[in-house]
Amino acid sequence: MEAAKKQEALYEEKAAGSIGSAPAEAGRQGEIVIAGLGKVYASKKNRFEALAGIDLTIGANEFVTIVGPSGCGKSTLLRIVAGLDDLTEGSVRLDGDEVVGPGAERGMVFQGYTLFPWLTVRENIEYGPKLKGVSTLERRAISSHFLKVIRLEQFANAYPKQLSGGMKQRVAIARALANRPKVLLMDEPFGALDAQTKLEMQEMLLEVWEKEKTTVLFITHDIEEAIFLSRRVVVMGANPGRILKAFDVKLPAQRTQEVRELPAFLSLKRELGALLKH
Amino acid sequence: MNATKRRKPHTFQIFKDIGGRPFAFTAGFSFLLLLIVWSVLSYAKAVNPVFLPTPDKVLTEMIKLLGTGEYWHHIGISVFRVSAGFILACIVGIPLGIFAGTFKYGEAFVEPPMEFIRYMPAVAFIPLIMVWAGIGEWAKILLIFLGCFFQLVLMVADNTRRVSADLLQASFTLGAGRWKAIETVLIPAIQPQLMNTLRLILGWAWTYLVVAELVAVNSGLGYAIMKAQRFLNTDQIFVGIIVIGLLGLISDRIFAFLNRRLFPWA
Ligand SMILES: Nc1ncnc2c1ncn2[C@@H]1O[C@H](COP(=O)(O)OP(=O)(O)OP(=O)(O)O)[C@@H](O)[C@H]1O
Ligand SMILES: [Mg+2]
Repeated sequence: MEAAKKQEALYEEKAAGSIGSAPAEAGRQGEIVIAGLGKVYASKKNRFEALAGIDLTIGANEFVTIVGPSGCGKSTLLRIVAGLDDLTEGSVRLDGDEVVGPGAERGMVFQGYTLFPWLTVRENIEYGPKLKGVSTLERRAISSHFLKVIRLEQFANAYPKQLSGGMKQRVAIARALANRPKVLLMDEPFGALDAQTKLEMQEMLLEVWEKEKTTVLFITHDIEEAIFLSRRVVVMGANPGRILKAFDVKLPAQRTQEVRELPAFLSLKRELGALLKH
Repeated sequence: MNATKRRKPHTFQIFKDIGGRPFAFTAGFSFLLLLIVWSVLSYAKAVNPVFLPTPDKVLTEMIKLLGTGEYWHHIGISVFRVSAGFILACIVGIPLGIFAGTFKYGEAFVEPPMEFIRYMPAVAFIPLIMVWAGIGEWAKILLIFLGCFFQLVLMVADNTRRVSADLLQASFTLGAGRWKAIETVLIPAIQPQLMNTLRLILGWAWTYLVVAELVAVNSGLGYAIMKAQRFLNTDQIFVGIIVIGLLGLISDRIFAFLNRRLFPWA
């Protein structure tokens, strides 16, 4: 019993170490290149151009947010990158390989709650590694690590129905990251949360992102959230869904709540707000 | 607005849980009411006793019958027939239903003919079954099987289709392929609903049992009821009906219990 515990602690250390030094790992990049992407929803009666001429490159380990009015095709774009929807024109490449369907290297966090209700928090986090055939002990180490990161250790054996909305999204993020994806796709993951929880979640996400170093493509319609989180904000417009403009966020790399008061933050917020009004 | 005058909550609140005790009490009261109506009608001789025996006569008859090995044999053989037909229907029907619910080709292949056959009364198959399977044990099991099978397949397919597409897509983005998604998402996700479906179908199985035992048998509860009818022995008919009701209730409770124990997450 004792020996097993020790072993687990050892593994945890090892796993934490390897997760921490992720960028050094060979072959793990995560550059997304979207080129000339178009999407048409066609039915017998009508034809709807949801996306047209999208060109966007997201560098490895970059954190990019997309903002835009409701219905401009943000989710559609993200789902195409995830491989859950088909594109009708152009291409999406991940590290040079064309994306053709969903895969473990592109993790996703959805707006709605999509934890598996029949699995405990820990089992949800271990779902991806288990599919990959990671050994039980190593899986435990991974889930323990992420339970610590999302600060839900005492809920390891709870079922999703026992969690609050914010806790569920934290687990969903951990579940996606436990799979060591090259890219993390997030579709308004904090949209349903109250203001305070949202701030906490944003800080936690940045903390995790700095540790795990994956590429993040994050969708929101909250301008402040977009600026606070990312290094680059992409603004989309509707009819057809297209990219209007991209902004580099010139703020300190270390984001604390104080950056929200900085002139650079406020002026970018004003600029984005003006652009989105039209 | 007066703060001290708090409004008493309504007794009947939509979907509101009332707790175990009030529930059990109300259920008991409902049974009691049934018994009272029965008593009033029978003791007051409002209905001819040949048609409606008194509760105490039925009770003494029940105690008498349950004291005989012969009646337990009837119960045993009936339980066996119901179980065999039901389990066979499950073995074939559940995988077929999942298949039909998962793939559109499966739906197209399985469901239209089933929808068609489902509306043919199982009773109408009796002569055919007797031609096919004779009048032996298999004939009864086959009838129960047919009665359950088509309903079961359609309901399981429906359960499967109700699984949230978001959960499936989440599993895809976590690296699951089609078969893994079926194994690790579809099948766990339908289980609680599936148990409810099985509960309902088991009810059907008991109905078809009585139908199956009405023809050419000399054992089983249905037969006992038929025999009692021939002698206009309504006491025994009532005993038969009550025993079948009790057996159905017991199996139903077992399912409900299993559902709570096996799926605490639901
Ligand atoms: N399956 C579909 N068939 C037809 N049109 C669709 C389909 N899915 C989405 N659309 C249309 O594509 C457009 C973009 O939808 P999408 O969900 O990507 O918007 P969004 O930018 O994510 O909006 P929101 O901010 O409200 O989530 C919408 O106008 C929608 O009506
Ligand atoms: Mg959306």
